Amino acid sequence: MKNEFQVIADLIEKDKKVLDVGCADGTLMKFLKDNKNINIRGLEISKEKVQECIAKGLTVIEGNAEKDLKQFPDKSFDYVVLSQTLQAFLSPELVLDELLRVGKKAIVTIPNFGYWKVRFHLLFKGTMPITKTLPDEWYNTPNLHMCTIKDFFHFVKSKDIKIFKSLALNNLNKSIINESNLGVKNLVADLGIFLIEK
Amino acid sequence: MNIEKNIKTLIVKKPLKLDCGKTIKDFPIAYETYGSLNSKKDNAILVFHALTGDQFVTGINPVTKKEGWWSYAVGPEKAIDTNKYFVICSNVIGGCMGSYGPSNKDPDQKILGTNFPVITINDMVNAQYNLLDHFGIDKLFSITGGSMGGMQVLQFISNFPNKSKTVIPIATTSSHSAQNIAFNELGRQAITADSNWKDGNYTSNETNPGKGLAVARMAAHITYLSKKGLQEKFGRKLQEREDLKFGFDADFQIESYLRYQGSVFVDRFDANSYLYITRAMDYFDLAKQFDGSLSEAFVNTNAKFFIISFTSDWLYPTQENKDIVIALNSIGADVGFVEIESDKGHDSFLLDVPDFLSALKNFLDKSYEEN
Repeated sequence: MKNEFQVIADLIEKDKKVLDVGCADGTLMKFLKDNKNINIRGLEISKEKVQECIAKGLTVIEGNAEKDLKQFPDKSFDYVVLSQTLQAFLSPELVLDELLRVGKKAIVTIPNFGYWKVRFHLLFKGTMPITKTLPDEWYNTPNLHMCTIKDFFHFVKSKDIKIFKSLALNNLNKSIINESNLGVKNLVADLGIFLIEK
Repeated sequence: MNIEKNIKTLIVKKPLKLDCGKTIKDFPIAYETYGSLNSKKDNAILVFHALTGDQFVTGINPVTKKEGWWSYAVGPEKAIDTNKYFVICSNVIGGCMGSYGPSNKDPDQKILGTNFPVITINDMVNAQYNLLDHFGIDKLFSITGGSMGGMQVLQFISNFPNKSKTVIPIATTSSHSAQNIAFNELGRQAITADSNWKDGNYTSNETNPGKGLAVARMAAHITYLSKKGLQEKFGRKLQEREDLKFGFDADFQIESYLRYQGSVFVDRFDANSYLYITRAMDYFDLAKQFDGSLSEAFVNTNAKFFIISFTSDWLYPTQENKDIVIALNSIGADVGFVEIESDKGHDSFLLDVPDFLSALKNFLDKSYEEN
């Protein structure tokens, strides 16, 4: 399991009810179910991935986060997880609002466009950056709204969303992000992980 | 056809009050089982059949001598694995394969016909519930069925919220739409317009309203397929001829196919049963039973739901299946949902659709492991 999922799992206490939005093949769900006795649900758009989840015995709903989150009642999950997909929605702001409506807390991770390798790529090569967390070409990337850790940090603050924990991840290194080190973390982390609440 | 042969029957002594107000008792429920019930009695799956199905789910149907209607899904090593599970299916009341229906006779040996009471999906599942007592099963492992079978699944878990661990409604709806009712009405009108119908008092196979019933079946059969599926299978291909004949014989293969479907159906199905069962489907509106809130139908159950629809099913389209998912999610129920890609229309659930069969198998087997 990738390090990102381990960090997410560490943020969630045992026996909670969790919704994994864009749960893909259910790797994180399976881990949470087996290791933390989490009552876990998934929402996934790909039919193939839904089948993989069913084969793992996971409860998953085929659907689209932009349309299908509205069926869940307010605060019906302890945590709602959204891993590296916020930037792929037509309206990330509306999805974020929905995550925080449905979940008592939300865990959102974003690939950091401020990461130094991304900046270097654009600065020196002059072409759209391709990195481990941003593997696609400009013409086939699902990402519509790339942002940096700094962008997301400011955005969340501006919406009066409480940040409980913000973590910068670079390969296996995990560190805390705060107001004073934001500039540095925005440069050295390729992934930001935010535990938030509205 | 001799329907007394090879039919297992449970006579229900307990009176059953029907939605129409009448009470029935000492009535027969014809059923069949596959696999064996384990000592803990926790491996039973109750399968509900669709409009024209019967209790003979898989293997050779001893009455029609044809493959059972769900042979692709049910059997040893199949999605519903009869090496592992004990499968029970019964003929719905109103049907014509041995359960209490309009072809039964009254004490004067006269066929009931339209003297048979109008029954509902609710009445059907209440009647079938007696099978649990019969087999001494406290809680089923699963209930499943497609189309009208799915309606019975929904009604059953609503009526008996603690009686099944898992619930699998397939290609179904919680409320029959205007379009569904319209197609059923077309079928009923075809039957009642046949001069042999005689207000339901036809007496023998020779004088039954076979022509009307065949037309009803033909019209319904079209609704079970998709436009793409029909086009690919038949297109404008001609039936055993080089060119058009400038007449009203079956020039096209699709015409010949539908005529065949109509004619074989008449041999195995009773026209009055067709009227009664389609009526039961039309009356089905689960939300209405709970003052318009479908969620209320499921608030008392902890069962694990898995809902399946098909992309090309326009009779019970994905959205109607999703409405059930939405109702369940709004009360925090444990519900999974998948829409299977298939161009085989509503009939997909009866056919060899590998993604469907593997999803069904995985859901059942994984849920059973967690037992």
